Amino acid sequence: MSIDFTNMTMHERDFEVRRATRLSRMTVPVLVIAVLVIASVPWWAGRDNLRDFTQIAAYLIVAMMWNLLAGYGGMVSIGQQAYFGIGGYAMLVLANYFGLSPFVAVPIGGVIAVLIAIPVSRLAFRLEGGYFAIGTWVIAEVFRLTVANASWLGGGSGTSLTALEGVPRSLRESLTLWMALAIVTAMIALLYVFLRSKRGLALSAMRDDAVAAHSQGVDVKRARLLVYLVSAGGTALAGGLYFVANLRISPDAAFSVNWTAYAIFMVMVGGLGTLEGPIIGTVIFFFLNKFLSDSGTWYLIGLGALAILITLLFPKGIWGYVSQRFDLHVFHTGRRVVYVKTRTTGC
Amino acid sequence: MNSIVNIVIQGVLLGALYALFAMGQSLMYGVMRLTNIAHGDFIVLMVFILFALTNQGHVPLWAAIPLLLLIAFGAGYAMQHALLDRVSGRDPLPSLVVTFGLSVVIQNVLQEVFSADPRALATNGFESMSLSLPGGIAIGLLPLLTLAVTLAATLALQWLFGCTSLGRAFRATSDDREIVQLIGVLPRRTFALATSIAFVLIALAGALYSMRTAVSPSDGPGLLLYAFEAVVIGGMGSFWGTFAGGVVLGMAQQFGFFFDPGWGIWFGHLLFLAVLAVRPQGIFPKTA
Repeated sequence: MSIDFTNMTMHERDFEVRRATRLSRMTVPVLVIAVLVIASVPWWAGRDNLRDFTQIAAYLIVAMMWNLLAGYGGMVSIGQQAYFGIGGYAMLVLANYFGLSPFVAVPIGGVIAVLIAIPVSRLAFRLEGGYFAIGTWVIAEVFRLTVANASWLGGGSGTSLTALEGVPRSLRESLTLWMALAIVTAMIALLYVFLRSKRGLALSAMRDDAVAAHSQGVDVKRARLLVYLVSAGGTALAGGLYFVANLRISPDAAFSVNWTAYAIFMVMVGGLGTLEGPIIGTVIFFFLNKFLSDSGTWYLIGLGALAILITLLFPKGIWGYVSQRFDLHVFHTGRRVVYVKTRTTGC
Repeated sequence: MNSIVNIVIQGVLLGALYALFAMGQSLMYGVMRLTNIAHGDFIVLMVFILFALTNQGHVPLWAAIPLLLLIAFGAGYAMQHALLDRVSGRDPLPSLVVTFGLSVVIQNVLQEVFSADPRALATNGFESMSLSLPGGIAIGLLPLLTLAVTLAATLALQWLFGCTSLGRAFRATSDDREIVQLIGVLPRRTFALATSIAFVLIALAGALYSMRTAVSPSDGPGLLLYAFEAVVIGGMGSFWGTFAGGVVLGMAQQFGFFFDPGWGIWFGHLLFLAVLAVRPQGIFPKTA
C-alpha cells in the first residue's frame, strides 16, 4: 500500500481509525437474540438439549480461559484442570457443608480459585516456556492427590452434591442452564469490551510480541499475572457449573488433565489468540464428542492427530485462516487505520 | 534408625531410575530447548516394543535389549527429522501442542493394541534377587544394576558433552543455531543425533523400569512429571545435577511412602515445589 505523503501535509485529517466493520456491527444484536433464544430453551426443548447446552458452556469457558492464558498471555499451561477441580470442589463444600445454594457457591468458588492462584502463580512463574507447562501440571496433580487423600471429601471415589436434592429436576436443570448462559454471556462481553479497551490493546500487543510490547511501556509481568488470575477464576466457574449439572464429583474427573487437553484442542482447531476461535473450536469439539466418543481410543487418537496436523499446517486455526483470507471480524477488537480521500478544500 | 537407613538406600535406588528417566529430558531441553510432553509416553512405548520383541517375536532378552536401543536410536532420529524439527523454535507453543498430541496418540494406540492391563517383563526371577546387608536391609540386584547404568549414563553424557566434538556441536548449536552453520555444523543433523541419544536413554530407562514393575499404557504422564521434577530439582543443564535431583526425589517419595502409601508421590511433588520456592535454580545450577 502506498501512502501519498504530499497529500497528507495538505490535509490534516486524511485518515481515520476504524474499529468496526459491517459484519461486526451485526455481532451484538445477533448475540442478544441468541441469548434470548437459548434462555427460552427450557420452554420448548427437551432435557437433552438443556444438558447439552450446559456442557457446551463448560467446555467453552475452559477453552476461552486457556486461550486467554496461552493465546494472549503467551503462557502455555497444562494445569488448568487445577482450577476446574477447585471450582467444582469449592462449590460442593460450600453447598453441602455450609448450606449455600450451589448457584451462589459457583461464583464464590471462582473467587476462591483466584485467591489460591495468587500464591500458586508465584511458584509457577519461576518456570518458563515448556517448563512452566509441566510445572502447572505438577501443581494440578498436588491438588488432585490432596483431595484424593481427604476422606471428608469422599477420598479417591468422590462424593455427590446433596444440596440440590429438594429442588425439582426441571427447575434445577433450567436454573443450571440460565447460570451457564449468564456466565458465558458475561465472559464473552467482558473479554470483548476489555480487548477493545486501551489495556486490551496492550494485551493484544503482548500476544503479537511480548518484548516489543514491553519496549512500548506495557507492563508485561503485571499483565501476565492478571491474565493468569482471571483465567484461574474463569476456569473455576466452568468447574462449578459442570459439577452442578453433573451432581457427582471425583478427584480423577475434576482434576483430569483431559480438561486442558480438550481446551488445547478446541483453541488450536478454532484459532489461537482470537475471541471467535474458541467458540468455533468448542462447537466442533462438542459434535465430535457427541457422535464419535463411543469409538473410545480411536476417537482420542483422532483428536490427538488432528491437533498435531492443525498445529503443523494451520497454526492459526480455522478462524485465523478464514479471517485472514476473507478479512472477516465478528468480534472487532483490532484497530485499523484507513486512508480516506477528503474533498480538497481551499485550493 | 535402621528404617531411616533403609529409606535412604531404597530412595537412592528408586531415584537412580528417575534420574535415568530424566537424562533424556535434560538432554533434549539442553540442546534444543524442546520440552517433550510425550517423554513419559515414549518410555512406555519402548517398554511395549520390548514386550512385543520378547513375547510376540520370541527374541531372547539379552538380544532384545540391544535391538531395542537400536530401534530407539532410529526412532529418535526419524522423530526429530520428520516432526520435532518443524516445531522447535523460540515460541514453545507449537512444540508443546504437538508433543502433547503425540502423548495422547501413543497412550491410546498402546491401549488399542495391548489393552489397558499392566504387564511386566519376565526376567527369570532376577527382579527379586537381592543382597542381604546386616540390620535386615536388603538391596535388590535390579535396583543396583539400575544405579550402575544411571551412573554410567551420567559419566558418558558428561564426557560426550565435555570432551568430544559432537558434544561441542551440541553446545554450540544450542547457543546459536545460525552461527554454527558458518563453521560447518549442520543443525538439523546435530538435533537429530541429540534426539537419537535421548531416545536410547529413554529405551534403557524403559527396559529397567519394565523389569521393576508392571507397566500400563497410561503410565507415561506420571513418568514425565518425575523426570521433569528431577531435572528442575537438580538444576537445569548439568547431568550430575539431574542425577542428584532424581536421587533427592526418590528419597522424598520413599519417606512419604513410609508414613502413608497414599502420600508418597504427593510428598515428592511437594519437595519439588519447595525447591522451586527456595532454590529455583536447583541444587547444582551449571551449564554443561
